[in-house]
Amino acid sequence: MTAPKMPKSWRAETKPHKFCPGCGHGLILKALGEAIDELGIQDRIVFGCDIGCSLLSWDFFNVDSVQTHHGRTTPVMTGIKRARPDRICIAYMGDGGGYAIGAQHLVNAASRNEKITVILANNSNYGMTGGQMAPTTLPGMKTETSPYGRDPEATGFPTQGPEMVAAITRENAYVARGSVANVRQLKNYLKKALQNQIDGNGFSFVEALSGCPTNWSTNAKDTWNFIEKTMTQYFKVGEVKTPAPKEEKSNG
Amino acid sequence: MEKPITGEKRVFMTGNEVVAWAALAADVDIMYGYPITPQNEIMHYWTRLAPKHGRGFLQTEDEISAGFTTCGGVLSGKRAFTATSGPGNILMQESMTMAEMMRIPTVLVVQQRGGPSTATVIYSQQEVTMTCYGGNGEGLRIVYSTGTHQELFDYTIKSFNIAWKYRFPTFVLGDGYQAKMRESLHIYDPAEKGIKMVETTPFVGLAGTPGVDREPAHLRNTYNTEEELYAVVSDLVAAYEKIAPEIVEYQTFETEDAEVLILAHGIVTRAAQAAVKTLRAQGIKAGHFRPVTLRPFPTQELREVAAKAKKLLVVESAQGQFQKLVKDALYGLSVPMESYFKPGQGITSEELADQIKGGK
Repeated sequence: MTAPKMPKSWRAETKPHKFCPGCGHGLILKALGEAIDELGIQDRIVFGCDIGCSLLSWDFFNVDSVQTHHGRTTPVMTGIKRARPDRICIAYMGDGGGYAIGAQHLVNAASRNEKITVILANNSNYGMTGGQMAPTTLPGMKTETSPYGRDPEATGFPTQGPEMVAAITRENAYVARGSVANVRQLKNYLKKALQNQIDGNGFSFVEALSGCPTNWSTNAKDTWNFIEKTMTQYFKVGEVKTPAPKEEKSNG
Repeated sequence: MEKPITGEKRVFMTGNEVVAWAALAADVDIMYGYPITPQNEIMHYWTRLAPKHGRGFLQTEDEISAGFTTCGGVLSGKRAFTATSGPGNILMQESMTMAEMMRIPTVLVVQQRGGPSTATVIYSQQEVTMTCYGGNGEGLRIVYSTGTHQELFDYTIKSFNIAWKYRFPTFVLGDGYQAKMRESLHIYDPAEKGIKMVETTPFVGLAGTPGVDREPAHLRNTYNTEEELYAVVSDLVAAYEKIAPEIVEYQTFETEDAEVLILAHGIVTRAAQAAVKTLRAQGIKAGHFRPVTLRPFPTQELREVAAKAKKLLVVESAQGQFQKLVKDALYGLSVPMESYFKPGQGITSEELADQIKGGK
C-alpha cells in the first residue's frame, strides 16, 4: 500500500496525526500545508500552535514550530516577527484560545496591524478539555457547561471573530472565514492570508469552521451537516476584508 | 554603528535610566514592555535611545503579552528583555514558566512596588517569592537582587550573559527606591572592561529548509505521561543544580567574629552595612551577610557564616519572604533567629542598630 498523498511541507514521520477521527484540524492543516507548498515558503515559516487541540500540531510540519500557552500564540509570534521580520509567522489556535483567553492579544495584534497570520479553528466548543461551552457555541447548543443548551440571554451570542477583526483593522488587512466543508476555498483564503504577510501589508486572519465529532457526539453525516448547514447560520463563510489593491506604479 | 558608551563615564541617574543604558550597552536588540509604575522610565529612556542605535521596542497590550513577546524575541535569536512590577510581575509569571520549561533565556527587570494588590507604586521587597518561585514550576530561575545603581548597571549587563550562557530565565530584582532614586555610578562599554557579550542563537527561523537540509525545530512544553514529564523536569533540575555553584553570589561584612549577624538583601543591605559600622563603633560585634543571588541561593556560604554567630536577625521590607529562603538554607542549625519585617516600607540603619541594641 502506498502512503496517501501529503503536502510536501507535512512531516511524514509524525503521521498519522494525533487528532481524533473526523476532527477538522487535519483538513485545515492539509489546506495550510498545500498553501505553504504552493507559495514555496516552507523554509521561511515559523509556526506557533496554541494549547487546546491545536497543540497536537506542534510537530505536524517540516517547519520550525513552537508550542506556546493557551491564548498566547499571538504574542509569541508577534515577538518573533518583530525581531525577525524576514520570517513568515503563523499563529494557529482554536476558538477558545483566540476569542476567550487570548482575545486581548488577537484584538491588539489586529489593531497594531502586526504582520503575522492568525489561523483559528472554530469548532464551537472546547475540545481538548472535554466539550465545554466556547465563545462560538451556538444558541441552544448543549455542551458540558451549558447542559441545557446555550442561553443567549445568560451567556450571549456566538462571537463573530472575522467580523470583529475586520472592524478594527485598516485596508491592508486580510480577513476571511472558510470551512473544512470547502477545503479548496479554505486553501485559497490561507494562501491570500499568507501572501498578505509576505507582501508586508499587514495583519491577516482566517477562521475555519471545523468539526468536533468526539464532543458533539455526532456521526460523519451529522458532523458534516452541522458544519455545513447549522454553523453557517451564524458564521457566514467568505472573505470579509481583502487588502485594497496597491496603487499602480507609474513606471511607464 | 557607533557604540552607545565609549570610555568609562561618571553619571548621576535614576535606576530606571541606568537599566536602559545597561541594556543598550549590552547590545540588547529589542525591548517589549507595558506601562506600570515604578518601572516606566526604563521604557521612556529606551524608546528615546533605541532608535538612535538601531534597537527595537514594542509596547504590548498587557504584561502577559510583554512576557510572551519577549519569549518570541528570544526564540528568534535576539537579546530581548522586558521590565515590570507588582501586578505586572504576576501576569508575567505565565510566560516565565514557559521560559523555565523551554530554557528560553529571557531577562526581566523587576522594580518591586508595594503589595498585595495594587497597594503602592513606591517600594517593597514583597516580590521575592514570586520572582524566585512564581508560577507552576520549580523556580528554575536566576535572580539577582541589586542594592545600588552601580549594581543595577553591572547586573543588568550580566543578566543577558548569564541568561544566554546557562539558558534559564534571569531576573534583575530591583525596587521602587532604586528605580526612582538618583545616584552616581560609572557606566561603560562592556567590551572595554573585558566583558564579552555571550553570543545569541536562534531557536527557530534557522537557515535551510526543514526536512530537506536539516531537521525542523519542534519546541514544546506539553507532555503526555507522568514519566515523560518527570524525566524532563529531572533533567531541568539537574542542569540547574549543576550550574548553581557557578552562579551563586554573596557578600559578607565583618562576619569573622560577628555575634549578631544581620541577614538582608537588595537595597536593605545598605542599612545593614551602615548598622554594622555604627554597632562596631559602639563595641557590638555585628556582621552582615548579603545574598546577591536569591536563586540560586548561597546556602552553603550562609550556613558557614551563620553557624558561628550567636544570633541572627533577618531584615526585609516584606513579611518574611526572604526569611523563608533563609530558613530553608539554615535547616538544622540551632542559632536563634529574630526578624525585623516592614512590608512595603523602607528600613534605616538607625532603626536596625536600635533593634539590635534593644534586643540584646
